[in-house]
Amino acid sequence: MNFDFSEDQKVLRDSVRKFLQNESPLTVAREVLENKQSHSSHVWNGLQEMGITSLMLPESCGGFGLGALDLCVVAEEIGRQLTPTPLSSTMYLATQALLLGSDEAQQQQWLSRVSEGSIATMAAPLDGKKTPLPIFEGGVLNGKAALVPDAMSAEFVIVLAQDNSQQPVWVVCELSEQVERTALTTIDEARPFGALNFNNTLAQPLNKVTDALALLDKVRNRAAILFAFEQIGGADAITEISVEYAKERKTFGRAIGSYQGIKHKLADIYTGNQMARAHCYYGAWALDTDGEELAIAAAGARVSACRAFNYAAQESIQVHGGMGYTWELDCHLFYRRTRQLSLILGAESQWNERIAKELEVKFLSPQAKA
Amino acid sequence: MDFNDSKEEATFREECRAWLNDNAQRKERPDEVFGQGLSAEELMQAAREWQGRKAQAGFGAITWPEKFGGRGGSPIQEVIYRQEEGNFKVPVGAFNVSLGMVIPSFFVHTKSDAAKQHVHDALHGKELWCQLLSEPGAGSDLGMIRTKAERCTDGREGWIINGQKVWTTLAQFADCGLVLTRTDPDVPKFAGMTTFYVDMDAEGVEICPIRQANGEAEFNEVFFNDVFVPDEQRVGDVGAGWKVTLTGLMNERLSIGGVIPPELWRTTMKHMQESEMTDGSSALNDAQMRQQLSNLYLDAQGLWLLQCRGLTALGQGREPGAELSVAKIVGARTLQDFSYFAMDLKGTGGILTAEDLGDSWRLVEQLWMGAAGMRIAGGTDEIVKNNVGERVLGLPPEPRTDKGKTYKELLV
Repeated sequence: MNFDFSEDQKVLRDSVRKFLQNESPLTVAREVLENKQSHSSHVWNGLQEMGITSLMLPESCGGFGLGALDLCVVAEEIGRQLTPTPLSSTMYLATQALLLGSDEAQQQQWLSRVSEGSIATMAAPLDGKKTPLPIFEGGVLNGKAALVPDAMSAEFVIVLAQDNSQQPVWVVCELSEQVERTALTTIDEARPFGALNFNNTLAQPLNKVTDALALLDKVRNRAAILFAFEQIGGADAITEISVEYAKERKTFGRAIGSYQGIKHKLADIYTGNQMARAHCYYGAWALDTDGEELAIAAAGARVSACRAFNYAAQESIQVHGGMGYTWELDCHLFYRRTRQLSLILGAESQWNERIAKELEVKFLSPQAKA
Repeated sequence: MDFNDSKEEATFREECRAWLNDNAQRKERPDEVFGQGLSAEELMQAAREWQGRKAQAGFGAITWPEKFGGRGGSPIQEVIYRQEEGNFKVPVGAFNVSLGMVIPSFFVHTKSDAAKQHVHDALHGKELWCQLLSEPGAGSDLGMIRTKAERCTDGREGWIINGQKVWTTLAQFADCGLVLTRTDPDVPKFAGMTTFYVDMDAEGVEICPIRQANGEAEFNEVFFNDVFVPDEQRVGDVGAGWKVTLTGLMNERLSIGGVIPPELWRTTMKHMQESEMTDGSSALNDAQMRQQLSNLYLDAQGLWLLQCRGLTALGQGREPGAELSVAKIVGARTLQDFSYFAMDLKGTGGILTAEDLGDSWRLVEQLWMGAAGMRIAGGTDEIVKNNVGERVLGLPPEPRTDKGKTYKELLV
């Protein structure tokens, strides 16, 4: 039994944590949010220099050929500091689509740029729901894509479009001046979204896709696990902040953390975080081995991490009392982030249903093992 | 990251499996339990015999040092053995307290000449030892025990014990017990306690089984009426009783276990398939029922994964981390939720027992009642949350009124 990250991965965690503590304290997230910036390019460049944007990339694309586990480790640290960088759009979404849907030559063309620090994103219904897609015909793309993460800063985009027979098709294109970009106002401005309007934009199809919707499903599963790591990172961070406050803040002559009302609440939060962490590790294992457990492990990681982070962030405001509801304190940054992360891939109930479906397959299908 | 045994672990597992195959009968169904239809006495006798055979083969006390007759093995080996033993129809659990907590604390602290024989007999199932700690007025707050031991004034070299213990596991079958007593009421509560071992047949020891809510009697009240123990049977120094007790409690860490049996999943899913909603459709197609099912999965699977993290730590020679401290809360609660869900699916028919619903229902029924007890055993949910808050998160304790006071002052 070795249900843990390796020593190398722990070393990676330590160095990323150290870097982000120094270069991406919560004040950086706050600055991006308050000034409506697209991201912190200082932090992004730093991550690129550390080689973070080369994780999971094949060596032919300037990557290290490392598995998914290393990226999970990084995601958790990003989550802890609410780091305002386009890591998720680039690595959890665009990169995964290219890894799954492109041959080596196409990967080389696009992923080498990721390794060098280019920002990429994905324009597809991330919640898996049916929405009108841009039209891809005659090598060009036309129409709108709504709700694209990091749309304002990305250099290229992987798009789920439809062809002239209304079949879904994956394409990749430059986000040149020709593409009209509109920034959207969201509940968490430190993690911005935009809408894209393609206008005869040159695009090339991903050349190794057999089933476009299955690929969307697979990218969503992979992203669910990586986002879940961000979520438990965030949940742990806000829990630590709440615990520290509960130790210091006094009412009626003693620290509020000594009252069982607060103590048990924090113990419950800790319990949720630990359960979610266990599911996330399982997700990391499934992501790395890429086997049949991926779907249920992704759903388990997602639902438990959504719940843990939501609960930790909601109750952090409660633990902080009136101060928790001020702009000055950081509670609302986490409150915003958890809501945004738990919606980005569709609501929790959808993923919970996925668990039921997988259990049905496992225990009730004719092939189910006795 | 993987869920596989290391090479050494796999070799040890093979060894366990081979011995078990030669010495016991494999279960036909995973939820089959040993000893259906046997009386409590017969079960205990079977447990003693099985323990004797295990001890002969070197599986009797895997983590004990070799000088006490153990294997000198690692905690992960103990867990591996238990996992394998779980696949066989043999009595399990009866010696958990005796060999897992009581004797390890006994052999560390005793100076008695008779100790060697006792440890040997306990290991081979000839003696069962119990742990006499809780009292009617001292549960979570063990420091408040009242059972007192006073030095003999009649010239004998020994002590006279008076008082009452409660919740003593398997005392009715035990040969000996470690009893925590108050020897000095004029010092703070933890400083005035001393541990002795007593012969459970000694004059003045009276054992009354407690009938539990589920009808069984695993626990007992034990009364001490002028029970004489020679000083030779003192374990540890006078006033060191708390230290001796903690040694035993520390050994409890191996109680990693209690996963949701896969059979329970299958049973529940089958009931879900068969159960009809009021409109005649299957519960398996009902969105709300499906969400409930998924929630159970999240708890049950999460629990198993937490244990995998604990086992990883043990396998690497580390103590399981703080994360395992929450397993008890989640575990008992999940078993309770599971049985509730299964019973709900039956509608009015859920009021029936395995008598009518058949053997496959026995597990649900046992869990339904058992889980209520599990939520109490070893500390209520609230006590566990206090521990998590204070020991794991470092939150300050509730203000205490007992600090700096002697035991006697606290009684007022």
